[in-house]
Amino acid sequence: MAYPEMMVRPMREEVTRLGVLELKTVAEVDAALGQGEGTTLVFVNSVCGCAAAGARPALALALQHAAKPTKVVSVFAGVDTEATQRARSFFSDYQPSSPSIAIIKDGEVVHFVHRHMIEGRGPQQVAADLTTAFDKFCAPEPATR
Amino acid sequence: MSGHLFHPGHDDLHGITVVLEGVSGRTYVGRWHEQAEKGVVLHDVATHDPAAGQSREVFLARTLKFGVHPEQKTLVVSEQLVSVKKLADL
Repeated sequence: MAYPEMMVRPMREEVTRLGVLELKTVAEVDAALGQGEGTTLVFVNSVCGCAAAGARPALALALQHAAKPTKVVSVFAGVDTEATQRARSFFSDYQPSSPSIAIIKDGEVVHFVHRHMIEGRGPQQVAADLTTAFDKFCAPEPATR
Repeated sequence: MSGHLFHPGHDDLHGITVVLEGVSGRTYVGRWHEQAEKGVVLHDVATHDPAAGQSREVFLARTLKFGVHPEQKTLVVSEQLVSVKKLADL
């Protein structure tokens, strides 16, 4: 089922206005995720109102946190299907669900928020889960002498 | 856009991934659609059958970490249920 662009545009913009880089093509995904260095958050956006309407505000809240990934990107499941499929190949051990959020550090998935961890929870709860992961995986390493 | 719902008029568990434990010993993990006359309608369902050998704990631990591996698009669970929980609450 293809969703009309007019319907999904506000959902895209709710994410891109946070400074998130939206990836719409396989080439864009490869360019963003293929390097495998640093921490990257991949937000799998979704039309479904049940969970996605909580996931996007949760992402907005989490990105206000001091520690955060060096790169934050999104793909739109059910809309930009090839880009989404390519992005999911970078976390293929995890069952596809949307919305969902992957944190990749140096090419390895270190944290994954499944749809079932978003459904029925408020944005604050989901954001708290994310910021805990940010503190663990994205905080700068203390300087050594 | 936040709070925009496309599925009005459903019960509280609609759209939530749940774990249903049946009297048969089977465990069903899927997205709750509705409580119908014939039983609970789930979407994208993984089923654990104790007769298959894998322990229920391992099945649930894998599901929590890696997500629901759906074997059936839709399933009506018609057997009597021992428990209903949200997967996220396990």
